[in-house]
Parts: sequence; C-alpha cells; structure tokens
Amino acid sequence: MLKVLNPGFYTTMQDLGRLGFRAFGVPVSGVMDSYSSQFANALLGNNKFDAVLEMTMIGGTFRFMNPTQIVISGAYMRSRLNNKPIGQNCAIQIETDDVLSFGHTTKGFRTYLAIKGGFESETVFNSLSQYRPITAKGVIETNDVITYLSIDQRLQESNATVKYNDSIFNNQILEAYKGPEFGCLNLHQKEQLLNSELKVSKYNNRMAYQLEPLLKNRLEPILTAPVLPGTVQLTPQGNLIVLMRDAQTTGGYPRILQLSEESISLLSQKTVGNTLKIGLKDT
Amino acid sequence: MDFKLRYSQYNERSILIEWPRIIDENILKSILKFKNKIMNKYIKQKIEIIHTYSSILIIYNFTIENINDKFFELKSLFETQGGDLEIASSTWEIPVCYDEEFGVDFENFSKEKGLIKQEVVKLHSESIYTVFFIGFLPGFLYLGGLNSKLHLDRKKTPKFDVKKGAVAIGGEQTGIYPQDSPGGWHIIGQTPVELFNSLHEIPCPIQAGDKVKFKSISKPEFIELKDRVSKSKFKLKSITPNA
Repeated sequence: MLKVLNPGFYTTMQDLGRLGFRAFGVPVSGVMDSYSSQFANALLGNNKFDAVLEMTMIGGTFRFMNPTQIVISGAYMRSRLNNKPIGQNCAIQIETDDVLSFGHTTKGFRTYLAIKGGFESETVFNSLSQYRPITAKGVIETNDVITYLSIDQRLQESNATVKYNDSIFNNQILEAYKGPEFGCLNLHQKEQLLNSELKVSKYNNRMAYQLEPLLKNRLEPILTAPVLPGTVQLTPQGNLIVLMRDAQTTGGYPRILQLSEESISLLSQKTVGNTLKIGLKDT
Repeated sequence: MDFKLRYSQYNERSILIEWPRIIDENILKSILKFKNKIMNKYIKQKIEIIHTYSSILIIYNFTIENINDKFFELKSLFETQGGDLEIASSTWEIPVCYDEEFGVDFENFSKEKGLIKQEVVKLHSESIYTVFFIGFLPGFLYLGGLNSKLHLDRKKTPKFDVKKGAVAIGGEQTGIYPQDSPGGWHIIGQTPVELFNSLHEIPCPIQAGDKVKFKSISKPEFIELKDRVSKSKFKLKSITPNA
C-alpha cells in the first residue's frame, strides 16, 4: 500500500481512459502525456493500460508500505527517496517505509509515478481514471491509501536501455491535421494561425488549454458535432481552445485543427506563458 | 433515402463521415443504420463511434495505415443492404416540475416570449421529442422537436451552478442537465429522475432514436418522486414502444 502524506498541487490516478463509453457522453479521460506515462509503464514491464499517478506542477510525498519497483517519468520535480535525490526514467527499487517526495517542477508540467503491476482503485466503465462525477473521487488527497501489488523479488540489473525522448520539453511545434472547419478560415486567418507564436493562457487544465492571442473571426457556430482530445476549437471571441483528455465528447464551435497524439502529450507538459507554433501535417 | 456523404481523416486513428448539416429524422435513421453496420463489421476490433446530428466519428484502436483503403471499405459498407434491423425505439415519459422554485429562468423566459406560464408548460410538455444523440455531459440528451414558439437564443453569460435535473431551453433545443454544471440555457423546470448512473452497466436507459415526452408534475409530486428516486424505488417509464 501507498500512503499519501501530501498529494502535491493536483494529483490524480490515470490509465489510458474510458474507451467505449463516449456514446453515453462520458469523456475518455486518461493520462495527459501518454508518451511519458507509457514510457514509465514499459520500463517496469507493465501493461500499457496500467494505472499511474499524474502529478501537476508540484508533486506529492508518499510512503510505501510494501516493497515494489517504480519509475518516475515526465516533468522533473526534484524527486527524492528518503530525502536523497533520485533519477528518473529508470526502475527504482522500493523497500517498506521508503518515503518518496517531489517538489516544484523544474522542467515540464506533469510527472508520472508508475509502479510494478499498476496502482489499484475503483474501476468505473473499465477505467481507473479519476473524473468526477463518474468516479466518486476526483483527486488524490492526504491520507489516501492506494493499493498495489507487493513485489518480493528485488530489481535485477538490466542491460536493456531505453532512452527517454527529452525533446518533449523543448519542442515547440504542435503537429496538427486540418480540422473539419479549417476551410472556413480565410487566407489571412490561416496565415495568422500557422505563422504566429501561440502562448499558453492561464486557462489550462485536464479539460482544455486556451492559447493566445485571439484569432479574430466571423465563423458561424456549427451544428453540434463530435470532438476528440486534441481538437482545436475557435470561439466567436477568437479564443483558441485545445480540448484535452477530460473534454466533452461533442461541441458546437468550429473545429479548425486536430493535434496529433504526440502533440497532445507535448502540450500537456506546457504551462502558462510557454510559446508554441502550429506545424500543419500534410494529409 | 440517399445522402451524399463526406469522408475525411480526423486524426491518426479516426475517420469522420458527414451527412448534410441539418437536424433531420431521416438523417438520424441513416446514421443509426450505418452505425449498426459499422459496429457489426468491426465487432472484434473494439472501435468506438461518436455520432451527432449529421456526423459519425469512428475511432479505431490502431493507426490507420492506408486511409483510402479505409474510405473504400466504409463506402462499400454503406452501400450494402442490411443494418436496418429494426432500430428499436421507445418513448420515455419524464416528469418535470415547472414550479418557479426550480424553473429559475421561467419568469424571464415567459416575458421574453410573450407567453403566459400555462402556455409555456403546455407547449413544452405536449410535444414528442426525438433523441438524436448523447453528448456534452454524461447522459445529456440532444432532443429535436421543440415547438418554434419556444425558441430563444442562449443566455449571453452562462450560469455557473445549473442544478442536476434542470430542464432548459437553448436556441431551438431543449434538454436536461444530467449533473450539476455550468450552462447557458434558460432553466424552466426540473426533473426528479436520474438520466445517468455510472453504477449501472448501461448508464443511460434512453438511447439515440428513442422518443421523450415531458409530463408536468406538481411540487408535492416532485418531492415524492425525488424521495423514491433516492431510495432507488423509481424506474423511468417507457410508454408504448414505437413502431
């Protein structure tokens, strides 16, 4: 069991989300940065659907009640084990009563804690991802106790090395497909969208990221239509809204772009003030 | 009915199929029929489909290698017979209390429309609405068939605390908020029944293609029903199944 001494700023349990329930209007949810979280699970030999903890901006402090192995990946949050700095993107042996703590991020925005065999919790619609009100709990809180498999076998020296691709933190290009309503933009608007530097606004969370500046337009709302994580909507006021993992399943704003899966992960590691550019994919 | 469909790639693993962009029951039937055929064909591949008034979005669990092959496959599937296994359609009766305690925007709504309260209640509860799809929030039904005398543009500023069960009008649509949430529609009443329960295997008994009718209830009836709902002693009523 893992005891939460301090959850950090905003920590949730996530897997790859609720697949197959969007027809009921249930958001897919799941890890924001699927690259880093799947990297961590893979290093432990876990299933890619295993649940991890997703920490945002400031990580938490946790006490392990049983031996296991973990991997930390994603944003760098000065991780320490029993108060000694430890590395990330590598498997770490954990003993009973070990305390793992994180601080404020120094690079990136979301850190993943993966554990051998995955965390266990309330499963709703085939997923452990926390999302209120689908799940009773929406976030990890102090004194929560999270179960995991106790592993008595100690970590073996492994020759296999897999390199974590750090470019997720420095790369500023959001790769995007043309959205269904891209063609409704005029030439000037297209140029502005594709050539300007876009900045992450303070309105960014697991549902959506707003990008600045405003893109002035006179696009009509559309008849409510399907959307996905990564869909970029343009509001009449000119806000660019990038839908993220907890987004609704349908929407009425024009869908001008669709980010690639990799770019959703990349955007998840950005925070207010970070700058980005759109790189249009040819299809 | 023949429709000209548009196929496009939405992302690495999704394809968007679009019908003419209007709210139309024939389009809904065509969409549901095609959706059935797609689900049956790819039953083993765990695909997911989101459909709305005039679109189907197919989400595969793999990256699409050759998009033109997939378009061709889908186009041929659309042409084939079948899929029109009777789209089962039930009519559901949803009790609504239009008392101003719940219908917080009722007075303003009637004033804007120049109608008296009884007229609004009559117009809203006498129509039979078609469920086009579920979206926006878990269990939020997109209903077609609102009497044009009740159409009113959404509020300029959304309210932050719309209550679960609120029955509202926005533009030419009416709907029920399945959970507490922000919302920009005019709230004219509230239903004590639950439209979505994540503890049930099928979380929402009402599906696309079904019909919905509202039944006006008094405040005491609302309180009694709410109590029964909380004790799980109430089941949503399906009136005669539709042919």
